[in-house]
Formats: sequence, structure tokens, C-alpha cells
Amino acid sequence: MNATNRTVVVTGVGATTPLGGDIATTWQAMVSGTSGVRELTQDWAAGLPVRIAATAAVDPDDVLPRPVLRKLDRSAQFALLATREAWADAGFTAPAGEDGGLVDPARLGAVIASGIGGVTTLLDQYDNLLQKGPRRVSPHTVPMLMPNSPAANVSLEIGAQAGAHAPVSACASGAEAVGYATEMIRTGRADVVVAGGTEAAVHPLPIAAFSNMMAMSKNNDDPERASRPYDMARDGFVLGEGCGVVVLESAEHAARRGARVYCELLGQGLSADSHHIAQPEPTGRGVAAAVQNLLDTTDLKPAQVVHVNAHATSTPQGDVAEIKALRKVLGEEMDHVAVSATKSMTGHLLGGAGGVETAATVLAVYHRLAPPTINVEKLDPEVDADVVRGEARALPSGTIAALNNSFGFGGHNVVLAFRTV
Amino acid sequence: MASTKEDIIAGLGEIVNEIAGIPAEDVTEEKSFTDDLDVDSLSMVEVVVAAEERFEVKIPDDDVKKLKTVGDAVSYILDHQD
Repeated sequence: MNATNRTVVVTGVGATTPLGGDIATTWQAMVSGTSGVRELTQDWAAGLPVRIAATAAVDPDDVLPRPVLRKLDRSAQFALLATREAWADAGFTAPAGEDGGLVDPARLGAVIASGIGGVTTLLDQYDNLLQKGPRRVSPHTVPMLMPNSPAANVSLEIGAQAGAHAPVSACASGAEAVGYATEMIRTGRADVVVAGGTEAAVHPLPIAAFSNMMAMSKNNDDPERASRPYDMARDGFVLGEGCGVVVLESAEHAARRGARVYCELLGQGLSADSHHIAQPEPTGRGVAAAVQNLLDTTDLKPAQVVHVNAHATSTPQGDVAEIKALRKVLGEEMDHVAVSATKSMTGHLLGGAGGVETAATVLAVYHRLAPPTINVEKLDPEVDADVVRGEARALPSGTIAALNNSFGFGGHNVVLAFRTV
Repeated sequence: MASTKEDIIAGLGEIVNEIAGIPAEDVTEEKSFTDDLDVDSLSMVEVVVAAEERFEVKIPDDDVKKLKTVGDAVSYILDHQD
């Protein structure tokens, strides 16, 4: 087999999200159209303009031992939990090298991204510094707040020695991690890579900052209906937290150990808007370039695409620009694409979004089921697409493919493609 | 009021339990922080800071390196508390 163009498949999924503490619960809630958005009742939220968020359904504080909790930022705690699930789901029972030779540690990678790293650690330790003095700043602060911490800790957890990486591109980070991991396998650097995105930024400072950018929904009175991509009344995203990871593997390696294969991961399309640091390019030029890049670099046929897990964060401009871009590149082939905006349920997990939505897209292809977009009461007429609303929708039989879009502040565009095997 | 040797061992047991998850009763004088109690160099700083507060002593960084076992820490605290 050509070592520079190997086939990559998905053999494991794991997640901890606002919808559930594992991927099965998350997927069930997602296809049932459940909102994970809640009111923030903490004292610190009282004075904020935004008092809603999609907080994790299962708090790591309740499932991880204290010595682990005090050494890991919450974003790395989520990554550890999602990784353990995905690792077991892929059929591995122990870290690499301790598992009867199922995977060689030197051929195993970890690529876990986050958008803003250990922000709550940084802010909490700064509070410690001011209130209790320098001696009371935790010696774990640096390894907790560095944005590569989730990748490094996952590498430690599973024994990954081929490389541990943490690409950073704001809300595209998780997808960029999955794309990077795919390249590691495709080009022969690794046989198995655990990849995904994580984020834990539900804290008054990020909320105040995003809110002052006028990026967030202020629908405090109706949390479950605040995240409403494509709806006429959408007024910004709802912050979410959690992590999603997948186990990627060369098709050859997966076949050799008889692994269950969810789908193929065909590759990634990448581009940069070079338009504005935080505003989406309104015509969708950059996103269209990423989709075109994907079509140019993989054997994906537009006729195969039946589902898109859209970036769609519930902002007035971004949701429309994305659909324009898809329409521009896919043309009439867009008519048979069922578009789902799962952020309507999970909120926006920033760097975690690409991880969770990769897991969701993998399961959509595997189960041939597109999750609904909730809260679309009056579809924006500018959204020229078949948005799955109300209930989950069955996807066709035969060979089908799906895209997962992720875009980040700074103009980063990542499109991933998955196909049935 | 100065702590007794027994107070210090029990206190260190609680501190190590909180930081490393080792049962407090396993924290005995002959145990090595690193080899027996799952306290790495970073966590050792946490143990020291907690011990400083609890026993009202100052343990300079240069002295921390000398504290290999629980017994070392107990002797240090006994010698240096007010």
C-alpha cells in the first residue's frame, strides 16, 4: 500500500457533553431533539448580561478522583473521560504496549485541541495569587493551563509516542485536530490516533468577553430555546462545554485486528478567510474554498453527500454565509443534503465543537440518521437548504457521505468528510 | 502550640490523602513520598505548602529536596516549628 495515501477509518467514539456523560447518552438526546442549555444559577453569573450555558451533563468532579482533578484543567478532565470511552469503544483494553500488542506505542498518536486552553485554571490561580499570595499558586498551574495539556495528558493515558499535538484555531480547533490526525495516518506517521477537541470556558470572564463582542444569545429567560440556528429570531451562540474524540486508524490496521469500523474519514478541506478577525466573510468565499479544497484532494463525489453537520452557531451572519458557500460549491447536489445544526442542542463548545460534531457525524453516517435542528420556528428565507427540523431523519441506503464544518475566529475553515464503508 | 510527632504524622496523612489519594493510615514514617505515596515533584510542593500552613513552619525550596520520606518531613517540622 502507498504509505503516503493510506485509507483512514473511524473505529471508536467517545464524548462528554451538555447532553450526556458519554456518547450513547449524547447521541440519544441529540436524535431526540433535546436541549442541553441551562440557566446559570451561580452567584458569579448574577451580574452578567448572559446567564445561560450548555454545561456538562455529568460534572467531572463527580466521576474523577480528587488527585486527578487537582492536576488537570477541566478541559483536560473532559478529554480524559472522552478518550477512555473512545479507547474502550475501539476495542482496546489497556494503554498501548500493555494490551497484548494490539497497537504499538511508537505508532500511536494523540491530537486533542482546545480553543482557549486552561482558561479557568489561569483565572482561578490569578485569584489565588491576589487573595492568598504567590506561595499559594498551584505548582500544577503551567501544565494545567497550557493549551497542549489535553493532548499531552491523553498521550500519557494511552501511551501514545508517535506524537502529541494540539492545533489551535479557535472554534475550528477540534476539527483541525481530527484533520491533522487523519494526515498522520494517511502519510504513514502513525497507525492509530486518538483525535478530538475539548473546551471548558464557562466562567464569567469568557462570557463577558464573548458577550461584549455581541456574539452570544441573551435569551436568558428561555434557555432551551436560546440556541436557534437558521431561525429568524437567532441572536447569537450559547456557550457549551465538553469534549468529543474519535479513534482513527489505518484501514489496514483496523482490518488486521478485526476492529468494528464506523466509517471512512476521507480527509479535510482547509482555507482561511483573510477577511476579518472575528466576522465571517458574508458571501461564504472562504468556506467555499475549504469545501472545494476537500473535493480537490479526496475522491469524494458531491452526489454522495447526503448530510452536513453544519458549523451553524446561531449567529445572524455566519449561519447564512455557510449555507451560501455550500450551495456555491455543491450546486444542485445541495438539494439532497440534510443539514443539521446540532449546536441548537449542545450549544457551542468552541474548540470542543469539532470533536463532538465529528463524533455526531460519524454516528449519523453509521446509523444513517441525521439529528434534528431544534428551535427553528421560522426558517430564515436566506437559508437555501434542506434543514432537518423537528425529528431526526433517516438517510438513504447505499454509499453515503457526510461533511462536518467548523470555522473559527480568525477566519479558519475546516471541512471534514466521512463516508460509509 | 507545637505539634507532637503523632500530630504531624496524622496531619501529613490527611494532606497526602487529599493530594495523592493515598489512605491517610498508609502515610507512615518510613514511606518515600515519590516511590511509595505517588507524590511527584510538583505535588510535593503542594504537600509542603499545606504542611507550612498547618504546622506554622517555613520550608525553603532548598530544604524541600532533602525531604525524601515522611520521617524526614516529620523531623524537619519538629525541629523548625515555633
